[in-house]
Amino acid sequence: MSAFFKLLFRNRLAAMGAVVLSAILLLVLITPILPLNDPDVTATADRFKRPFSEGHLLGTDHLGRDLLSRLLHGTRLSLAIGIAAALIAATIGSAIGIIAGYFGGRTDNIIMRGVDMLMAFPYILLALAIVAALGPGLMNALIAVAAVNVPFFARNIRGITVGLAGREFIDAARLAGMGHSRIILTELLPNVLPVIVIAMSTTVGWMILETAGLSFLGLGSQPPQADLGSMLGEARSAMISHPHTSIVPGIMIFLIVMSINLLGDGVRDALDPRLRSGALSRPRATTLVERVGDTPAATDDLLAIQDLETQFHVGQRVYRAVGGVSLAVKPGECLGVIGESGSGKSVTALSVMGLVASPPGVITGGAVRFQGEDLIGAPYESLRRKRGDRVAYIFQDPLSTLHPLYRIGQQLAEAIKSHHKVSNAEARERAIQLLNDVRIPNAEARVDNYPHEMSGGMRQRIGIAMALANAPDVIIADEPTTALDVTVQAQILTLLDDLRRDRGLAIIFITHDFGVVAQLCDRVAVMYAGRIVEEGPTQVVLDAPAHPYTKRLIACVPELGGGRRELDAIPGLPPVVDDLPAGCAFAPRCDKAQDTCRAGTIALAGPSSRAVRCLYPEEAI
Amino acid sequence: MPALKVDDLAKTFPLKKPLFGPAPPGVRAVRPMSFEVATGETLGVVGESGCGKSTLARMLVGLLEPSEGRIEIEGSALDTADPAEFGKLIQYVFQDPQSSLNPRKTIRQVMEAPLKQLHGMQRPQRDRRISEIFASVNLREEFLNRYPHEFSGGQAQRIGIARALAADPRIIILDEPVSALDVSVQAQVLNLLADLKLRFGLTYLFITHDLAVVEAVSDRIIVLYFGAVVEIGRAESIFANPRHPYTKLLADSAPVVGKPLKAPEQKGLELPDPLNPPPGCAFAGRCPRATEICRTNVPDLNEMGEDQLAACHHPLES
Repeated sequence: MSAFFKLLFRNRLAAMGAVVLSAILLLVLITPILPLNDPDVTATADRFKRPFSEGHLLGTDHLGRDLLSRLLHGTRLSLAIGIAAALIAATIGSAIGIIAGYFGGRTDNIIMRGVDMLMAFPYILLALAIVAALGPGLMNALIAVAAVNVPFFARNIRGITVGLAGREFIDAARLAGMGHSRIILTELLPNVLPVIVIAMSTTVGWMILETAGLSFLGLGSQPPQADLGSMLGEARSAMISHPHTSIVPGIMIFLIVMSINLLGDGVRDALDPRLRSGALSRPRATTLVERVGDTPAATDDLLAIQDLETQFHVGQRVYRAVGGVSLAVKPGECLGVIGESGSGKSVTALSVMGLVASPPGVITGGAVRFQGEDLIGAPYESLRRKRGDRVAYIFQDPLSTLHPLYRIGQQLAEAIKSHHKVSNAEARERAIQLLNDVRIPNAEARVDNYPHEMSGGMRQRIGIAMALANAPDVIIADEPTTALDVTVQAQILTLLDDLRRDRGLAIIFITHDFGVVAQLCDRVAVMYAGRIVEEGPTQVVLDAPAHPYTKRLIACVPELGGGRRELDAIPGLPPVVDDLPAGCAFAPRCDKAQDTCRAGTIALAGPSSRAVRCLYPEEAI
Repeated sequence: MPALKVDDLAKTFPLKKPLFGPAPPGVRAVRPMSFEVATGETLGVVGESGCGKSTLARMLVGLLEPSEGRIEIEGSALDTADPAEFGKLIQYVFQDPQSSLNPRKTIRQVMEAPLKQLHGMQRPQRDRRISEIFASVNLREEFLNRYPHEFSGGQAQRIGIARALAADPRIIILDEPVSALDVSVQAQVLNLLADLKLRFGLTYLFITHDLAVVEAVSDRIIVLYFGAVVEIGRAESIFANPRHPYTKLLADSAPVVGKPLKAPEQKGLELPDPLNPPPGCAFAGRCPRATEICRTNVPDLNEMGEDQLAACHHPLES
């Protein structure tokens, strides 16, 4: 809660709105005990007194009534009506929305078509019609304004509910024996409540304005009762000769609606989880670089990652996602990177081309050399020319990497044309060629498909085709087959293997699956808590793992053909990278750990192609 | 008496009727299938995406009403779709542990729901039961007052398992319970499941797409393809000695250390279209052994060797 207020008041405009609104609310609350004139007593002799005249701070109106007194009483009434209307509309609208969204199907259809019909009328006409049917009066105006705003809440809340009703925790609640009404009240409502509050805070101002509009037309409060709208309406005839009578209620309406809207926007921004997580703050085009220390010297590898350090700075916390990783590939070579979630394998891959989102990502050390040239801190234009052209990526989820609204041919052509000047016809021909290369049957027809018309395996082939579009030297594949079925996975792996043999592609293959690494990769590096703990030729590492983590990780993965058995689980959880233990990060879970393991940094050591970061390795290397 | 008996269970999702003309035949997500699960057994269900395994699971716990067929749990039929009725006998563990927990409820509230709703327990009784369950799934009781987002995937899945246990069911349906977990945590959860089964005499239906996992935990395995059972057999032999060509394709596709990489099939990348299903065997389009009869006649599930059934006109030699 206090975090919410902190966020809210960080927004200056919202804070200003809150101050103005609370001042008005305070004034209105103490109105009955203030020494004011009776707002309804007429004194025709004193009509149209100017503001600051004696006894009438804001002057008098056309019947000689005290404007200050009428203003405060009127504001009181208008605010009460506006808030009451908002509460009524929110309650009824949300109830309708939740019921329609939860039950779905025919119930949803009937309710929402009714709501649509309400929405088809211009709101002021509808409100006028309701008041005309019920007769003028403040209560009826309230009912009209509430009724007009019900569809807004109903539609909003239904949308949210439909998303929630399909979630697994609703199924779980049904299996726990809860009935419909209990599920709606205890499972759904707490989850939609923030949305209701947000919708309400942004509509209260609007409803006050609508009530004032009806009163202005003489359909709301009846004389002599004052509310802001009727005050404006009565002052209209004297607008030219005595402008203060309309300016006073006008300014009050302006202040109320403005402050409520500013505050409402602030509340929305502070409550909305997407805005709160900073998802809407645009990341920079390349990852921020704040390198300290020396840059390692160039090597003759095609792509070399050298002592790379990437961190995430979130508030006061520093997450060391990658803590000094060195990897290198030569043409035609496939390097596997194995690790669990949070081990830093994906961040390492994204750092290569400066694709880690900044903020919060910062590259704080090391170098990434492509053909000897350092890419860390390279100008954006130089990186952009290499992204997709020299170094290409394949991501895990092909559905989220393809644009849903463009045909795949267009997307492939775009990938080519952003790096090479070719005509549309040429680009299309090349796209078809690429589809053939990744063995998509009937490529001429498929090139005009949209992503949703293809299966998951097909889409991943498109992802690979796109990576191949500019004949890159290096492909970085981040769990490209994890989301796919085994038969499709086998096809994709064979495809990648053929490509690197035919074209001399270097592949960095990130995965958590030893079987995949064993089949595809020449060398493998195992990562844990942002560091490489072991590396070497795949066969050697898998046959004789030297680091206890590698050994136990291999042991706890069931393998086909092993039969029914107890698995050797690793107790505990991987460490969080903002609070890494001194020494070996695996020591708390390792049964061989000694005091020396927890003392200081342990180096990755070993002969040329084989290395392990352990003081007491399982195998001598 | 088997713990779970399914007779000709099927689910057809109706398609929208066009404005003119008759309604098209629905999508047959699960074709009539029958099988039994013995008490204390773990039956593995494998198949690729779209094979109907989740539809089957949802029918078995009453979240979806079957179009045809009957479900018997310990001899009594349950054909209605009332999850509360099913809840006491059969429970479900979801694939994504985080999204199966209401983000705005504490773990205690999550755990209390089945005890209150299904068993009508009073407060002190509930607290005692929750302590027992938490001890058996190796969770600390201080977790009870926290919210789901504070837990890692493995812990959240344990809470999901604890919730299923709270209903005191006879059978638990495990729908990809470890797919969302890291490999080192996966083994912890699998071992916990094996331990709980022994301790509480549970029966499992273990649904997954991971052949190695299903082989490691199951007694028998059912292989599904395109909504139908293509093969049933003992876990230790079904992948080593498959009779149906599809089972063989699955086994050959799984990446195994030491097995050279080769694409097990080069042609037939397209799966059968559910809106326009093939008249014969659904696998015929991808099958190297398919002949004319496969494209016209749907094969029946036949006994082939000891404890093994396969639906194939031209089964592989054992």
